[in-house]
Amino acid sequence: MKVYLDNNATTPVDPLVLEAMLPYFVDKFGNAASRNHSFGWEAEQAVDAARAQIADLIGADPKEIIWTSGATEGNNIAVKGVAEMYADKGRHIITQVTEHKAVIDPCNYVGKHGYRVTFLPVDRTGLIDLQQLADAITDDTILVSIMHGNNEIGTLQPIAQIGRLCKERGVFFHTDCCQTFGKVPLNVEEMGIDLLTASGHKIHGPKGIGAMYIRRKRPRVRCAPLIHGGGHERGMRSGTLNVPCIVGMGRAAEICGRQMDTEPARIAALRDRLKNGILSQLDEVFLNGHPTGRTPTNLNLSFSYVEGESLMMAFDDIAVSSGSACTSASLEPSYVLKALGVGEELAHSSIRFSLGRFNTEEEIDYTIERVVAAVKRLREMSPLYELAQEGIDLSTVKWGEH
Amino acid sequence: MAYNNKLIDHFQNPRNVGSLDRDDPNVGTGIVGAPECGDVMKLQIQVDDNDNIIDAKFKTFGCGSAIASSSLATEWIKGRKLDEALEIKNTDIVQELALPPVKIHCSVLAEDAVRAAVADLKAKAARKKQENTEAAPAAQ
Repeated sequence: MKVYLDNNATTPVDPLVLEAMLPYFVDKFGNAASRNHSFGWEAEQAVDAARAQIADLIGADPKEIIWTSGATEGNNIAVKGVAEMYADKGRHIITQVTEHKAVIDPCNYVGKHGYRVTFLPVDRTGLIDLQQLADAITDDTILVSIMHGNNEIGTLQPIAQIGRLCKERGVFFHTDCCQTFGKVPLNVEEMGIDLLTASGHKIHGPKGIGAMYIRRKRPRVRCAPLIHGGGHERGMRSGTLNVPCIVGMGRAAEICGRQMDTEPARIAALRDRLKNGILSQLDEVFLNGHPTGRTPTNLNLSFSYVEGESLMMAFDDIAVSSGSACTSASLEPSYVLKALGVGEELAHSSIRFSLGRFNTEEEIDYTIERVVAAVKRLREMSPLYELAQEGIDLSTVKWGEH
Repeated sequence: MAYNNKLIDHFQNPRNVGSLDRDDPNVGTGIVGAPECGDVMKLQIQVDDNDNIIDAKFKTFGCGSAIASSSLATEWIKGRKLDEALEIKNTDIVQELALPPVKIHCSVLAEDAVRAAVADLKAKAARKKQENTEAAPAAQ
């Protein structure tokens, strides 16, 4: 059996989504910006319908949705676009240490170009401190960018409270909702969100397409474009619209919306089944991230005394990911886990299981069986486990340089 | 990471996993690496009275390459003379397992583990010799 539990990385396209997309390659191939013939109108209609499908899911007006190539681009537009547009108003941006690199790197970029960036720390569960956020906002602050659900550890930030705070202080609030759009109820009005980024391929839509919410009133937010050209998307993102993928993302969002009452709960139940199945059979396994306030799809566990990459090799028919250094080109363990202060050895021992629409109970039970067997096998060959069994406290051992 | 078949075989069917008695005078133990770096290898060798390596065991915390490198190292040193064990170079391991550049440190760690085990054994032998020479006059 092959099991895919890496849905926080990407998801398979739902066949219903693919079906919706197919006519827009060969038959309905028009350019949505062609205003003078039926081919263009047909494409434009499809794009507008998809815009409404995205807007519906977050309580926005369709006019406030713009299309991007994905959430990385959306996050870049939010950070760099706001920074450039409001440079005269202020030059300070606040974010957090556990953001995705698609927010951290643009922040570092503007940081090198005359802006000041504050990276808020997180606690052991991955949450920022709201008081620290309030204290960090100054007259010079133009943007707060705090993600909703963390991609590695699943922790959900209290974005409604953050939104309220930003509103009170007159600062724009951007939130990267890659891991929660379509999976957790969102409402830009109730949550005080000014900019929001979402991605198509995280919700069983196609890759290479993303959507952004950019508030039009109370207050109106403008972003300087990163891509200049024909003035598409209210001038904020030029380029011929990727109609088939836009149709796909719209359909994917619509399906998520229809299933919002049942599907997140079903996935969370499978996730908890996985967690409980593993924890009941293995000792020295630790949950990373928040114990309850987390995305329904994410389970991140550290298996003491075994290393993440070798674990993944030991159950190679189950697709997961790890915060271990050995799985990254940089040979650095996950910066998100390090920010939680879990200790580097637990970062090396971490596995992220992330679930999606097509996972079944049978797959979860098989995964439990495979994971438990693999951890037991690798612990039998782990010198650390042997030392621990002998009653030696590993933190007191003096290790060699390497 | 895509690994070659030899590496996967050493990972799936590791040779010589286990432990030897650390206190045995004929057993040398090398422990290298650190948990926060993501790899720790324990490699042990047992010699007969003529310095032939008659057994080797390992336990490794680390990635697939680290486990395979230590498994291969124990296979190679078994049956060698003690000093010949030091002839194993990390580059030989890299070649045999086709380790990608980011995994070369695993082979270095395996070579270090062999050296540490041999050094431990030699230190034990030296101590024993010293104890014997110190003990000898007292017996007269």
